[in-house]
Amino acid sequence: MSDFLLLAFLFLAAGVAAVPIATALGLGSVLGYLIAGIALSPVLTLLEVDVVSIQHFAEFGVVMMLFLVGQELEPKRLWELRNRLLGLGGLQVAGTTALVAGACIVFGLDWRISLAIGLILAMSSTAIVLQTLGEKGLMRGDGGQASFSVLLFQDIAVIPILALVPLLAIPGAHHAGEDGHGPSMSLVADIEGWQAALVTAGAIALVIAGGMFLTRPLFRYIAKARLREIFVATALAFVVGIALLMTLVGLSPALGTFLAGVVLANSEYRHELESDIDPFRGLLLGLFFMTVGAAINFALLWDELFLILGLTIAVMAAKALVLLILGFGFGLRGSQKYLFGLGLAQAGEFGFVLTSFAVSNFVLPETMAPTLNLIITLSMMLTPGLFIFYERVIRPRFDRPTDRDDDEITEQHPIIIAGHGRYGGIVNRMLLAAGYRTTVLDHSAGQLDMLRTFGINGFYGDATRPDLLTAAGIGEAKLLIVALDDPDQNEAMVHYVHHNHPHVHMIVRAHDRRHVYRLYQAGARDIIRETFDSSVRAGRSAYEALGMHPFEAERLSRAFVDADRHALYELAQVWDPAIPETENPEYIKLARELMTDIELGASGGAFRERTERGWTPPLPQDTEADRQRQTGQRAADPR
Amino acid sequence: MARLLHYAAHPAPSSSQANRAMLRVVRGLEGITQVDLYAEYPRYDIDIAEEQARLLAHDVIVLQFPLFWYSCPALVKEWLDLVWEHGFAYGQGGDKLKGKTLLLAVTTGGPQEAYSAEGYQHFELRTFLTPFEQTARLAQMRFLAPYVFHGALKRDPAAHALGFGTLLGALRDERLDLRAAETTDILTHDTLPLIGIN
Repeated sequence: MSDFLLLAFLFLAAGVAAVPIATALGLGSVLGYLIAGIALSPVLTLLEVDVVSIQHFAEFGVVMMLFLVGQELEPKRLWELRNRLLGLGGLQVAGTTALVAGACIVFGLDWRISLAIGLILAMSSTAIVLQTLGEKGLMRGDGGQASFSVLLFQDIAVIPILALVPLLAIPGAHHAGEDGHGPSMSLVADIEGWQAALVTAGAIALVIAGGMFLTRPLFRYIAKARLREIFVATALAFVVGIALLMTLVGLSPALGTFLAGVVLANSEYRHELESDIDPFRGLLLGLFFMTVGAAINFALLWDELFLILGLTIAVMAAKALVLLILGFGFGLRGSQKYLFGLGLAQAGEFGFVLTSFAVSNFVLPETMAPTLNLIITLSMMLTPGLFIFYERVIRPRFDRPTDRDDDEITEQHPIIIAGHGRYGGIVNRMLLAAGYRTTVLDHSAGQLDMLRTFGINGFYGDATRPDLLTAAGIGEAKLLIVALDDPDQNEAMVHYVHHNHPHVHMIVRAHDRRHVYRLYQAGARDIIRETFDSSVRAGRSAYEALGMHPFEAERLSRAFVDADRHALYELAQVWDPAIPETENPEYIKLARELMTDIELGASGGAFRERTERGWTPPLPQDTEADRQRQTGQRAADPR
Repeated sequence: MARLLHYAAHPAPSSSQANRAMLRVVRGLEGITQVDLYAEYPRYDIDIAEEQARLLAHDVIVLQFPLFWYSCPALVKEWLDLVWEHGFAYGQGGDKLKGKTLLLAVTTGGPQEAYSAEGYQHFELRTFLTPFEQTARLAQMRFLAPYVFHGALKRDPAAHALGFGTLLGALRDERLDLRAAETTDILTHDTLPLIGIN
C-alpha cells in the first residue's frame, strides 16, 4: 500500500513541479511531463519500479482520449472525412513504411525486418499531437484536421498491422507461443478464423448497438439518482468495459472506445461524459508521458549517441518529407502544410506496442528493440520543439490576416442555454426559430427526453459546474442564457461566468425584485424577471376588460413598465445584501419616491402625464399664438 | 347598396370631442363595416392578409382621422405602408382596389381661413392631402373631396357628426352624386351633393 502511495505521490509531484514551468516557457505540457519523467527515472531505478508496466497502465489515457475524440465527431462528419482518412492516412502509412523499409534494405537488413521497422516508425503519436494541437488551438485549422485524419487512420490501421506482423516472422524461428505477450485473456484464441471474425464483428456491433440503444436508458436511470460520483463511476465503467471487450476479441481498445464515442456524439449526455472522463484522461496521459521519459535507456544513448541521434533525425526527416508531399498533393494552404508535415514527424506510442509485439513474434531480433524504442522516444521528445519552431518561425511567414478566413471552422454553438424549462425553453424555441443553433444544458433527464421527442437536442448535466460549462464551450460562447429554476444557482453561475468569462453576454432569469438586486451585484446586467412581462400583460388585459381603449391600455402598461424598471434600476444601486430592505434608510426613502403606484396614477400624476402627453390637443390659445406669430412674420417680411 | 368600410384612427379618442361625436353617429348606422384602427392594432402588429381581405370585400373605403402635422396619425401611415403593397394596390398586378372609392374624413385644429395662401397655414388643406389623393390615383380608385371639420377644438361637432352620418348613409345607398363629390374642393355637412335634393 505504502509503495503505491509513494509511487502515486512521486508521479503527481513531478508532474505538478514540471508542467507549469514547461507551459509557462511555452514548451507545452507534453514536454513538461517528459522532463518530469526523465528527472524521476533515477529515483524509479533506485526503487526498482517496473516503468514499462506502469506505461501499459497509463496507455489507458490514450483509450480515454480517443473516446473523447470520438464524441466530437458525429458519424456524418466521419463520413465526410472518408477521403482524407483513406487518402491522407493511407498514403502516409504506405509511403512512410516504403521509404523507411527501403532505407533499411539498402543498409542490408532482411526485407521482413525492414518492413516491420517501416510499419513501426510510420505510426505517429496520437497522444502528443492531439494534446498539443488542442492546447495551442490549432485543431480547427486545415492542418489540424488533416493531422487528425492521419492519426485516426493510424489508430485503425494498428489492427491489421497487428495481424500482419506475425506473418513476417523469419522462417526457422519458432512461432510465438503462450509466452506472456499479447492479451492475457482472449475470446478468440482457441477458435477457427471465421469464428473469430464473427465474434469480432459481433463485439463491434455490440458496442455500436449498445451505444445507440442502451446508454440512454442507463444514463437516464443513473441521472435520476442525482449522485455525481455514481455518474462518474458509470462513465468510467462504460469506457473500461468497452476497452475490455475489445481486448478480449483482440481489437484495439482505443478503436472500440472511439467507436463508442462516435455513437454517443449526438447524445444528451455527451458534455457530462466529457467533463467526467476528461480529468482521468489528462492524468493518465500525463503519467504515460512521464513513463516515456523515465524509460529512456541513457546508457545505450551515451554509448551510441551519434548513431541514434542521426537515425532519429533521419526518421523524422523521412516522415516529414512524405507528409509534406501529401500536404502539397492534398492542397493544404500556406503554413498549414508545414504544421501537418512537422507535427506528425515523430514516431508514436503505438510504435512501442508494435516493437514489443514484433519482438515477441520473432520478427525483430531482441537486440534491436532498445534502439528502436530510443529513436521513438527521442522523436517524441523533439516534437514539442518542432511545434515551437512552427509557431515562432514558420507561421509568422505565412500569417497574413486573410489566412484566418481559410481555416475550416468546425461546428460551433456560441449560444448556451442553461436550464430548458418554462423560461429557457421559450428562449431556445425563439432562437431555433430564427435559425440560430444552441447548446442546451439541463439536469432533468425527463425534460431532455421530452425535448428529444420534439426533435430538440439537449445535454444532460448540472450547468452550474464550471467543467460542464467548459465542455459546452463557454470559452468561445457569445451568449449565455441563465435560466435555471433555482435562483441561488443562477446567481452562482452569473458570479462564476462574470469573473472567469467576462466576454460572455449573459441574459439572466430573475425570480423576483430582490433576486434582481442580487444578480446585479453578481455582475449580471441583462436581467429579466420571470413573471414580470406576463403580469404586465395580465394588467393590460384588466385595463381593456374595464373598458379602456386598447391603445391607451397599451401605452399605460408601457409607461408602467418604464416606471417600474427605472425604479428597479435606481433601487439596485442602493440595495445592500447585508441590510434587509426594511432597515435600509436609503432604500426606503428612494422606494417611497419611486414606487408609490397610487400616486403615480393619480390624475395629473407622473404616470398619466407621461402617457397622455403626446395626444393632448392644443388649446385655442395655442392656435391663436400660431396665427399671430405667422401673420406677424408676414407683416415684417419686406417681400 | 354599396359595401362601406369605415376606418377610424385616433390614438387618444378620449381627447377628441369631434371624432367621438362622429363615431357615435356611425355606430348607429347599419350595413357599414366599422374598424377602430388603434383598438385593432394597439401594438402596431397589422394583419396584412386580414386588412387586404377587408378592402377587397368593400366598394367604398372611408378613413377618418385627425390631421396631425399636416398628415395622418402614425398608425394610418403604417397601415398604408404595409397593406397597400405592390401587387395589391399598385405595381404589377396591383389592381385589386381598382374602381373602388376612397373618402377621407379629417378634423383640423386650425380654422378654415388658416388653410389658404393668406392664412397662417399658408396652403390649402387639399395641398396637404395630395399624398392621399395620389395614393388613390395610383391604385386606380376614385378620390372624393374630403369631409372636413375645421376648428375642431372650439366648435360644437354635433352638426358635423350628423352630416357624417348622412354622408355615409348616402354613399351606402348610392344616393351621393360622386361626380360632384369628386370635383368639389371639400365636403362639409351643409354642402353634401345628395342625389334628388337640391
